[in-house]
Amino acid sequence: MAVPAYATPFERAWYYIFRILCGLIFCFLVGPLFVIIPLSFNAEPYFSFTQKMLTLDPEGFSLRWYQDFFTSEAWLHSIKNSIIIAIASTILATILGTIAALGLSSRFMPYRSVVMAVLISPMIVPVIISGAGMFFFFSDIGLAQTYLGVILAHTALGIPFVVITVTATLTGFDQSLIRAAASMGANPTTTFFKVILPLVLPGVISGALFAFATSFDEVVVVLFISGPAQSTMPIQMWSGIRESISPTILAVATILVLLSVAMLMTVELLRRRSERIRGISPS
Amino acid sequence: MSDSMHGSHANPSNAGDNGVKAPLVAADGRPLKVSLRRALFKNKLRAILLVAPLMLFLLVAFILPIFSMLTRSVESNEVRTILPTTALAIQAWEGDGLPDEQVFAALAYDLQEGQRNRNLGRVASRLNYEFSGMRSTITGTARRISNIDSPDSWKETLMEAHRNWGNPDVWTVIKRESRGYTLSYYLAALDMRFDTDGSIVRQPESRRVYVDLMIKTLWMSILITFLCFLLGYPVAFLLASLPMRTSSLLMMLVLLPFWTSLLVRTTTWIAILQSQGILNNMLVALGIIDDQARLRMIYNEIGTIVAMTHILLPFMILPLYSVMKSISPSYMRAARSMGATGFTAFRRVYFPQTVPGIGAGAILVFILAIGYYITPALVGGESGRFITNFIAYHMQVSLNWGLAAAIASILLGLVITLYLIYNKLVGSDSLKLG
Repeated sequence: MAVPAYATPFERAWYYIFRILCGLIFCFLVGPLFVIIPLSFNAEPYFSFTQKMLTLDPEGFSLRWYQDFFTSEAWLHSIKNSIIIAIASTILATILGTIAALGLSSRFMPYRSVVMAVLISPMIVPVIISGAGMFFFFSDIGLAQTYLGVILAHTALGIPFVVITVTATLTGFDQSLIRAAASMGANPTTTFFKVILPLVLPGVISGALFAFATSFDEVVVVLFISGPAQSTMPIQMWSGIRESISPTILAVATILVLLSVAMLMTVELLRRRSERIRGISPS
Repeated sequence: MSDSMHGSHANPSNAGDNGVKAPLVAADGRPLKVSLRRALFKNKLRAILLVAPLMLFLLVAFILPIFSMLTRSVESNEVRTILPTTALAIQAWEGDGLPDEQVFAALAYDLQEGQRNRNLGRVASRLNYEFSGMRSTITGTARRISNIDSPDSWKETLMEAHRNWGNPDVWTVIKRESRGYTLSYYLAALDMRFDTDGSIVRQPESRRVYVDLMIKTLWMSILITFLCFLLGYPVAFLLASLPMRTSSLLMMLVLLPFWTSLLVRTTTWIAILQSQGILNNMLVALGIIDDQARLRMIYNEIGTIVAMTHILLPFMILPLYSVMKSISPSYMRAARSMGATGFTAFRRVYFPQTVPGIGAGAILVFILAIGYYITPALVGGESGRFITNFIAYHMQVSLNWGLAAAIASILLGLVITLYLIYNKLVGSDSLKLG
């Protein structure tokens, strides 16, 4: 969008002001995420830049908070929990969500929009409400304070993401491919693994990553239904922020920002690949 | 899929044999209509069977929990289960004066039984919510009568043990709470209560908390939604008008915060906004504010609003972007060619077409905002609290689960209403994640 030749001087000025404005909004969006990265190398236990850091004195920087993080029993235990819970709930959500998305994108599915609305609802209902309900129900059936309980809860929260991404990949899916496979003698299982899965795989993986990120970042439900044994990394951060803000949290935050950059890149690449193999013009 | 295809191929020789008017039949001799319906049913069944496992899972892991919360908000079985004889006997009492000797005897029996089983605590605190002072009335009486065995009159004995038993209002409460369900949690959540005579009145001024907080939550959510619109609209406009290559790069900047942990984003605002934080230090270093007069920008409304606007902004930009992307640039050019100024063309031609996107984004942001807990709890301090903070408080600290469930149910009702409107406007299958 260049300035058109017929633009008045006022429009020209507005064009540049608008760009600067947008630049500022982008700074508001991503700036805060990158501010904490240098802060996490602070040698002092402060949450702000010291004089030494500003003058780039090497003495002002250290890796002590990272060391703190990687040697702390509590942090390591919570990371292990987070990974176990996130992986288990991601697998469960991805399998259930993908199968359901296949049914949902069939044009024979009755009450499609109602079913879709129900499947998406865990994303819409405030987590504190789901968490309270899960606490009551899981206590009644003996799932509170167990790994299984937390995994099931996180699966429910991750499912909407899988359903959304996989149905999005399936729109425009050429149904005649399935018929073609069948006509050449493939049974439904072979058709699924050889024809359908390769085509929807990018969507499935993005959905799985979303589900993983959801579980890996979830505080409220774990706060309500887990015991101390199932404490996860977000819980550890949560209590860290509430009680005493030690820069160890900034070190964890930096690691998580890098993780999210990696996940975003993966999803973006998958999306492009998916559009390419489905013949949609690349964006 | 393959079955349906075989089934729908009519066999011409078969159809021709019986004369001209015979219905079309499929290869197996069944009329084509039946065959088709059968194939359709089979496909429908297959689709349903594919969705069924997930539906079943969500039923157990999500829908039943929500129902169990809704039940909690009206459930009141303490009197029924812990004072069962009393609950039964009091049904005969009409509510004038005091109940007769039989009810007093039943209560005495229940209290002695409860004292032995040590389970009076629950019913005592339940009735204490309804009638303040009942906790000590029940526990005190139970202690005093534990060794009395069939006196002349239980009525006299109990009234001697605690004067509250001579108050008909106490018995009204017990009768009301022995029904098994109660409205008092909802009343409490709406800053109301049962008066001593059973009528519904508002709480005294000093004890009204929830309605005001609910309204404040709504106002702050509206403000946050508006700020998201204000910041999101230009960005979405820019993204939609730039060439693909640049815009997908800039899109990454929108999606990155979306992917980053909520706790990280909240922490980072603490680092920036706190009194010894980056922003204050910068302002002091630049001489804009005095070192003694550092701005309070966190642990109050400002903290909540800034952090939540940042967190929810991508949810506004994405729907706006997808709507703007579908608006052909030739409309604007046509408007300009007919003499409209840039601003008029935007106001009269472009903006009206983006209204559906604004609606979708605004409802989404608003729904997410009113139910937020983590961010207001961490950076909101006292004044930046949301209604969700009270749900958490009653769940974890005061352990008044019924009240927590009632507040949560009211909030849930609001969210579901908005979600239905959202579905009507845009349809949940149009939700996109980048």
